[in-house]
Amino acid sequence: MGSDTAPLSLNVPEPGCRPGDTPDFSDFEIPRAGEVGRPDVDTDPDAIRDMAFSIVRVLNKEGEAVGDWAGALSVEELREGLRHMMTLRTFDARMQIAQRQGKTSFYMQHLGEEAVSCAFARALQPGDMNFPTYRQAGLLIASGYPMLTMMNQIYSNAEDPLAGRQLPIMYSSKEHGFFSISGNLGTQFVQSVGWAMASAISGDTKISTGWIGDGSTAENDFHAAMVFASTYKAPVVLNIVNNQWAISTFQGIARGGVGTFAARGHGFGIASLRVDGNDYLAVHAVAKWAAERARLGHGPTLIEHVTYRAGGHSTSDDPAAYRSKQEAAAWPLGDPIERLKQHLIKIGEWSEDRHAQAEAEILDTVISVQKEAEAVGTLTGGKAPSPRDMFEGVYETMPAHLIRQRQEAGF
Amino acid sequence: MAQMTMIEAIREAHDVAMAADDKVVVFGEDVGFFGGVFRCTAGLQEKYGKSRCFDAPINESGIVGTAIGMAAYGLKPVIEIQFADYVYPAYDQIVSEAARLRHRSNGDFTCPLVIRMPTGGGIFGGQTHSQSPEAIFTHVSGLKVVIPSNPRDAKGLLLAAIEDPDPVIFLEPKRLYNGPFDGHHDKPIESWKKHPQGDVPEGSEIIPLGKAHVQREGVDVTVLAYGTMVYVAEAAAAETGVDAEVIDLRTLMPLDLDTIVESVKKTGRCVVVHEATRTSGFGGELMSLVQEACFYHLEAPMIRVTGWDTPYPHAQEWEYFPGPGRVGEALRKVMED
Repeated sequence: MGSDTAPLSLNVPEPGCRPGDTPDFSDFEIPRAGEVGRPDVDTDPDAIRDMAFSIVRVLNKEGEAVGDWAGALSVEELREGLRHMMTLRTFDARMQIAQRQGKTSFYMQHLGEEAVSCAFARALQPGDMNFPTYRQAGLLIASGYPMLTMMNQIYSNAEDPLAGRQLPIMYSSKEHGFFSISGNLGTQFVQSVGWAMASAISGDTKISTGWIGDGSTAENDFHAAMVFASTYKAPVVLNIVNNQWAISTFQGIARGGVGTFAARGHGFGIASLRVDGNDYLAVHAVAKWAAERARLGHGPTLIEHVTYRAGGHSTSDDPAAYRSKQEAAAWPLGDPIERLKQHLIKIGEWSEDRHAQAEAEILDTVISVQKEAEAVGTLTGGKAPSPRDMFEGVYETMPAHLIRQRQEAGF
Repeated sequence: MAQMTMIEAIREAHDVAMAADDKVVVFGEDVGFFGGVFRCTAGLQEKYGKSRCFDAPINESGIVGTAIGMAAYGLKPVIEIQFADYVYPAYDQIVSEAARLRHRSNGDFTCPLVIRMPTGGGIFGGQTHSQSPEAIFTHVSGLKVVIPSNPRDAKGLLLAAIEDPDPVIFLEPKRLYNGPFDGHHDKPIESWKKHPQGDVPEGSEIIPLGKAHVQREGVDVTVLAYGTMVYVAEAAAAETGVDAEVIDLRTLMPLDLDTIVESVKKTGRCVVVHEATRTSGFGGELMSLVQEACFYHLEAPMIRVTGWDTPYPHAQEWEYFPGPGRVGEALRKVMED
């Protein structure tokens, strides 16, 4: 069969930069800090469609907080936020090393993304529920969840609140508004919508948040979550953390060649915007806006946090194999800790000395907590959960066949 | 007591549960205003309001995914998947999420959730309205799997499923919705209105999960069946004169092994019957369990009568469906050995 047209070819998007290439973010459009205004929380999603193509930013290059979104946090709160991010980074560094030392099987760090979860946590109220992915431990750190409990979970030791059943960092704390992490990608996004629907069904005042990565927006659950959130106007804040990389796959494979992740919300009539994910003040301000919007019954918001995963996906991959080593340094939105630090210095509320002192204090605290956790046990030594725990909790009441299998196993 | 169809009994179970507990919410495709394509939720939206019984988008993983979130919040969702054949998009949410939430969070979050779905064939539904996927759920740790065979059980078991603290897959044999069906598709349709098991107690009495029912007592051979096959097995026994003990399993997970073992030890013979495809079907599990527990009591090799390992056909429905002829043949054969 003949054809008058040329043979077709498949389009497979490629990132701008692979190992050995020079990073180039010149196509990445970044508005000036303060340029994107703050609409009222009851604004019709149609009226702010342009926000899905811009980026809400507060901190400028000089370390000043500028524009409509600035001024939501006190100096004390900012210093505390800086401390949360520094704690998370130090915690990550220690646990990353612990994994390399064989004390646990696996770890995932937040390097470069600390502002997203640490700042967001501050916008919520007690009783609200987060449905996080594996890279939002800042929600726990910033809400006072004990680091010791986190480490016990990472080491799967006898004090692990999850009894050794879950991979490291797949935390769960209902009390701290942190839904059990699945590890399957995207599933929690639609569950967060269901939780928010339940709050509305019950006449409650609580809201939920869903979290998903840029790569996982390609999952069916993303679409399901958007449909249900839109249909039932659920009081939920849906967050896409666009850290540019899904393991070795650049964000263009999930996004396709055009538009932004935030713009996906437009087809669903959901208020959609992008925020500088490395700007603690911007993330907090946007989170607060979206949370208020949800709580007042104005419906869901889709937030794309534009950030960069400066470390590996997990302890199981080497980023140098799939992207340029210089890319993290070339990332135009900078480092979230450095930016908040410079802001506090700029306004005369922080100094290099105080920063160094805080770093040392935090490191001491993390090391001492780590010693405490390791005194209980690690994955490879010390006190471990009982093998019996494997059989418990499959159902509320253990059925006969599991009792027989547990006996067969000798526990 | 009142004579009801299985549809009416299921509807009444919803009604009783929703009246007793504000936390029970019901949703699914066409479930709200219309009351479901099989009418199992008819009238509930009018009675309990749109926030407790509502229509869902056609998105099974979304229906189950949102229900998991609701269960985690503290509600008791009772959701309908329009046909069991449509459940596959929701499989990840069921297997990776609902089933494991209690275990993976060490009880921090739980998932009390009932997922109802019409199952099985016999209605000329072709390959997308006839499947029996029970084994893909019994294979998953953390799920309970229930399949009633009559209106009385449907109501009592559904109430038990709604009370249950864990996720329950509730399979409703759609060929039994309006009457018992013994596989003789050429005979006039029977109604539950004249059947003793169509007599449904009023109120909120449950039938506990995990308890089988001896549908027909007998001494020659034990027939393990569930759903539509219960009546097929009864007919096969009557027509062959083999005095079969027909056990309606009612709950596949957890399984009432004691009742099974007691019967097989008494009869010394066992035939397993299901509509689902054979390979890796629940029948294989039943035969393993009987072999492990009753080997020295068996006087003949066990036989299973099942759907063939093909997609469920349309024109060839009655050559696929394990009817009383094939079950009767198995009964005669197991008695010859």
